[in-house]
Amino acid sequence: MSQIRVLVGTKKGAFILTSDEKRQNWEVNGPLFGGLEIYHMKGSPVNPDRIYASQAGDWFGQVMHRSDDGGKTWETVGNEFTYEGEVGTHAWYDGTPHPWEFKRVWHLEPSPTDVDTVYAGVEDAAIFKSTDGGTTWKELPGLRNHGTGPQWQPGAGGMCLHTILLDPKDPDRIFVAISAAGAFRTDDGGKTWKPINKGLHSEYIPDPDAEVGHCVHRIALHPSSPDVLFMQKHWDVMRSDDAGDSWHEVSGNLPSDFGFVVDVHAHEPETVYVIPIKSDSEHYPPEGKLRVYRSRKGGNEWEALTEGLPQENCYHNILRDAMAVDTLDPCGVYFGTTGGQVYGSANAGDSWMAIVSDLPRVLSVEVQTIP
Amino acid sequence: MIRVQLPYHLRNLAKCEAEIELEVNGPVTQRSVLDALEARFPVLRGTVRDHHTLQRRAYLRFFACEEDLSLLAIDDPLPDRVIAGEEPFIILGAIAGG
Repeated sequence: MSQIRVLVGTKKGAFILTSDEKRQNWEVNGPLFGGLEIYHMKGSPVNPDRIYASQAGDWFGQVMHRSDDGGKTWETVGNEFTYEGEVGTHAWYDGTPHPWEFKRVWHLEPSPTDVDTVYAGVEDAAIFKSTDGGTTWKELPGLRNHGTGPQWQPGAGGMCLHTILLDPKDPDRIFVAISAAGAFRTDDGGKTWKPINKGLHSEYIPDPDAEVGHCVHRIALHPSSPDVLFMQKHWDVMRSDDAGDSWHEVSGNLPSDFGFVVDVHAHEPETVYVIPIKSDSEHYPPEGKLRVYRSRKGGNEWEALTEGLPQENCYHNILRDAMAVDTLDPCGVYFGTTGGQVYGSANAGDSWMAIVSDLPRVLSVEVQTIP
Repeated sequence: MIRVQLPYHLRNLAKCEAEIELEVNGPVTQRSVLDALEARFPVLRGTVRDHHTLQRRAYLRFFACEEDLSLLAIDDPLPDRVIAGEEPFIILGAIAGG
């Protein structure tokens, strides 16, 4: 019988939620690293007992942890993230040049083929790679130095590289997304990068159709069709059918096209999930109703999924790394809120249950499906 | 021996007691004490001060002998009572909510 392990990073520690494949009865383990901010945890596809965790906070800076027994015990690994070469500047909030400064690791993306290889997306935006299980980290500087870096500007949450997608069919292709610079792609394993933002339109930048400067909140793909990308931008839900070379809007009938998360069903490449948020000025669900929206047609036509979710007086947010899907059939979908709930659906979103209700602010949710 | 007190999370990270003793060779300064601390507990590298600039993390303070030594130059000598092992060098997390 398969096991599901949900890895939850919160403002005050990490939690691991486990269940059998029915996904009805859950065991809650935690807090791990109690009192400390765990931005993200993710397990290796090669060995699910290998889990990486990013602890980052104002007091003690960046600390990296690694487990080899599914999160029961942890060891501290390398926390030195040094930008390669001349650091240079990006644009500060007021538009003036500001030197790149490492602040924290937002996202960890373990390799699908090597347990000791893992990528880290960091603030100020850059991508690092470790090939020794997180002991040492080396920047892939071609991203920061490809030319548009001086124009990148932080969003309110910092200038973070928060999404890393490793193309399952092409090991040299990686997609990343940065707030507020946009989406970028490499086709040569990280040596060279290019912006992939054609078709994005953002009214909050001087040229709404600029090559960079778009606040992309999240991108997602289905492993069977990695040229099809879905994006939740600051405003607008977008789709690309050519690996990001061009984008078109698929917000359709959503009650708001502002939001943070987007994910794709594990077995249906055209089934997509988003959670609309009212606006960038009001970071909570429209009408106080927490609704996941599902499109079975790759966007444009969306249905509200509400069973088991609060439909009044709900004013939490769902942060960009806080939604994930398992690979069971039917597909499980999970998300965490800034109010400390982690919701799960064992039937592709048709109905939901609160696995836990009173955790600290949830920063990230990942799922492991363990055979 | 130089006595050093660590805040809760750092002693958990280092798996040590709240107060430890360090042997420091040469002048006893912030730099030499923290060098000795990091040599004994490599997991603390980067948590008290920046890896490269050696700048103290903004939310940490250094106290000793009822004085705030946080703004002391890193190569200035620490108070005699710290050097003599009579008082601890205290690494303290800022009182900040959240």
